[in-house]
Amino acid sequence: MINLNFIYSELFLAISIMSLLIIGVFKKNSSILIYNLSIISLLVCLALIFNFPISENVELFNKSYKIDYLSSFMKILTISSGIFVLLSSNKYIQITNISKIEYPILVLSSILGMMVMISSNDLILFYIGLELQSLALYVLASFNRDNLLSSESGLKYFVLSALSSGILLYGCSLIYGFSGSTNFFTIADNLTANSHGLTFGIVFILVGLSFKISAVPFHMWAPDVYEGSPTSVTVFFAILPKIAALTVFIRFLYIPFFNLIDQWQMIIVFLSISSMLFGAIAAIGQKNLKRLLAYSSIGHMGYALAGLATGTNQGIQSSIAYISIYLFMNLAFFSCLFMLRRDEKYFDNIKDLSGLSKNHPLLSFSLLIVLFSLAGIPPLAGFFAKFYIFTAVIAESMYFLAIVGLLSTVIAAFYYLRLIKIIYFDNEKDKYETSHNIGLKLSLLFSTIFILFYFIYPGWLTEIIEKINII
Amino acid sequence: MDFPILSSLILLPTLGAIFIFFSKSKSNTYLTSKYLALFVSFANFILSLYLWYLFDPSTSEFQFLEERSWIKGFINYKVGIDGVSILFIILTAFITPLCVISVNNTIKTRLKDFLVAILIMESLMIGVFCSLDLVIFYLFFEGGLIPMFLIIGIWGGEKRVYSAFKFFLYTLLGSVLMLVAIISIYWITGTTDVIYLYSIGVDSKYQNLLWLAFFSSFAVKTPMWPLHTWLPDAHVEAPTAGSVLLAAILLKMAGYGFIRFSIGLFPIASEYFVPLIYFLSLVAIVYTSLVALMQEDMKKLIAYSSVAHMGFVTLGIFTFTQQGLEGSIFQMISHGLVSSALFLSVGVVYERMHTRLIDNYGGLVSTMPNFAVVLMVFTLGAIGLPGTSGFIGEFLILMGVFKKSFLVAIIASLGVILAAAYMLWLYKRIIFGKILKNEIKKLLDLNKTELFILSSLVFPIIFFGFYPEPLLNTVEVSIKDLIETYNVNLKINLMETK
Repeated sequence: MINLNFIYSELFLAISIMSLLIIGVFKKNSSILIYNLSIISLLVCLALIFNFPISENVELFNKSYKIDYLSSFMKILTISSGIFVLLSSNKYIQITNISKIEYPILVLSSILGMMVMISSNDLILFYIGLELQSLALYVLASFNRDNLLSSESGLKYFVLSALSSGILLYGCSLIYGFSGSTNFFTIADNLTANSHGLTFGIVFILVGLSFKISAVPFHMWAPDVYEGSPTSVTVFFAILPKIAALTVFIRFLYIPFFNLIDQWQMIIVFLSISSMLFGAIAAIGQKNLKRLLAYSSIGHMGYALAGLATGTNQGIQSSIAYISIYLFMNLAFFSCLFMLRRDEKYFDNIKDLSGLSKNHPLLSFSLLIVLFSLAGIPPLAGFFAKFYIFTAVIAESMYFLAIVGLLSTVIAAFYYLRLIKIIYFDNEKDKYETSHNIGLKLSLLFSTIFILFYFIYPGWLTEIIEKINII
Repeated sequence: MDFPILSSLILLPTLGAIFIFFSKSKSNTYLTSKYLALFVSFANFILSLYLWYLFDPSTSEFQFLEERSWIKGFINYKVGIDGVSILFIILTAFITPLCVISVNNTIKTRLKDFLVAILIMESLMIGVFCSLDLVIFYLFFEGGLIPMFLIIGIWGGEKRVYSAFKFFLYTLLGSVLMLVAIISIYWITGTTDVIYLYSIGVDSKYQNLLWLAFFSSFAVKTPMWPLHTWLPDAHVEAPTAGSVLLAAILLKMAGYGFIRFSIGLFPIASEYFVPLIYFLSLVAIVYTSLVALMQEDMKKLIAYSSVAHMGFVTLGIFTFTQQGLEGSIFQMISHGLVSSALFLSVGVVYERMHTRLIDNYGGLVSTMPNFAVVLMVFTLGAIGLPGTSGFIGEFLILMGVFKKSFLVAIIASLGVILAAAYMLWLYKRIIFGKILKNEIKKLLDLNKTELFILSSLVFPIIFFGFYPEPLLNTVEVSIKDLIETYNVNLKINLMETK
């Protein structure tokens, strides 16, 4: 008898998606209601995860679904950032006329897909989760139908993502063919080191996953999709799929293929270095804030991958710490973007920030904190994220990776400084509106305080993450 | 010691800054914020004097230790001071109130933000000088970039953006290598606690690389030739208070870092790299002095003279002699006072004439006699005339250098002559000569605030010139102990290699 206790949260989310859909169909003009209900159902989902504290690892459904500390932590991250994303973009979707009942439901189904991905211990289950989240994201990217850019970005994302999914699926089938199983544990048992088929399989799957987290050289879609999608979807893109894909990265590399670390370590190091450098250099010339953030997140993923490249528990933990802090920084940055509203229009060009500090001192102070934190300047949270990564990397004597990474932070610092220069040193423009809904204010306040005061007691995050032991 | 006096020194300005940030003073004068900032920074100065009073100079042990768990099993928040660091803390606490007072005349816009930045800066700088954990040190060291970037960028001159970026990126580039070194030290020795590292030492085979990584950061910050190019730009464009903080304290962080970390942690590498340091320092002394001679901008001239003076400091530190090291610390304190005084003086005339070009001045002695007198004292202090604090530092350093190498000392002495040349020439061109411009005839002499700031700098410059004992007493035992450990380490290494 399978104990369903452990997947209550997923079950609840699935049921609430369906019931919300039904409510939306039968009740007219219920988009705001659905929106609020989906926030509530995410909250319940979060409570359900907290309700079953995981003391040991549990494997369900023929060991294909894994509930452990890693999955619980990542699910909590995913769901809570989902809540904050919904809270902060509430006003945005109303003003840009994309407040339809499907919107929150798509967000929820994407989150459900991510939860499946996070817990998957089997190639097939993992693929199902991935497709569920991707399908929802295709639609979300093109949700602003009247906008040409939005439709374009949705289509672009769909075509490229489908291609990468195909490659990924091909990798899965190769691995199945050469190891005789789709279950991660069984694959680990059946590994033979010198099987080229398996190596190809790993590479194909890594390509697919790198696409999802937009690591160089599989990043091409990111800037266009980030720019074209509605901002409320961009913030979703920037945070949630990365958490899920990183978890799969961890599981996939460290459970079935840990013994083949010689084969994949170089690939991860390459992905990491190229993402860090490319993200830093390509962002310099950008004029659109969302586009700039796409490059910045490419760079940040490079750092997260650097932690994974180490092949140690500490490396994994540092990557998880990195993605957790990254999440707060992005949330804060996008909350600031949502505040650039004037006459029912949103602004996302770099020039629109010009002289912001004169009229909006608090908003620009938050931006200042966020940007310095993204650049990794102490004592802000972003520094600690990088610090953990490089501590893990240097522990393995991977000095080249560490030095390239740190040098690219210097390059990246340039474009963050440029934004600060525009905000603080340039001449002011017209005022933006100052009335914002409480959810947006809350998410900005919460994330900024987290970034600013993280240094007072940095232990709490590491103490939680230290309990995650994969190897 | 129950009362956490060092943490209070670090925290007090930050608390003041938070208050000012949230205070709502709508009026253009911002009186409340100004008085609050003045009060906080002055209280901090009193507290630092009290710290000096409590300080026991007869031991080289670290005093006023505080330790708290920060990242469990990894890094502890640890602060403490010895004879080397206490003087810098007092210098910081002394200069900051002067900066706060000086904003009266120099800062026209967004005064509140400026005061916040200055106070945060003070916290971070004091933190640098008393942190006894490498990671904590790095945190304070790098954290200072943020407020300084804003100070130069928001309130600076015409080319402020360029200068702010240059300052930030240069320093960041130097420092990231230090971060790699700090993390490597953790993995090599298992700790980042400085006191513990002193006792166990760092394996000699890693020392050279680690030393170079630390050097890259300190050399940019000192600044040593050829990495000094950010300094003139930053100085020229920064507002007066920013230049003062830069010259008086930020540059001293690097000198302090050399003493505390390069010599303390990597003695063998320090010995190995002495020729490099001597070469760079000598180039700095002679070359930048010559460059200073040719400057047309007053601030730039003083900035280049700072580079030359810091050349003396690095020279003195790497003699590893009692005189050389004491002289370096003395020179840093003295330069902190003199250069901030010079920048404040430039600020005084700049506010009246709105130009920094030396050619636009001349004959100030007839309209601003008081100013001419105080500037004379500062000029002589910069030259190192006996009777000013500048003399003691340079004299001790040269004594130390003579012990090590005759040739180096001769070339360094050349720098003293060049300093006299460019400073006296500067003085002559500004103060004496015929009045060529009508604006100068209308100039008013120092007002009360300016007189107060400048004369409070005249006093220590002359006092320590005649009676350096209190400063030297404070550092003596710590330096002696540092040199002893250094020599013991070298001997052990020599025996091991044999």
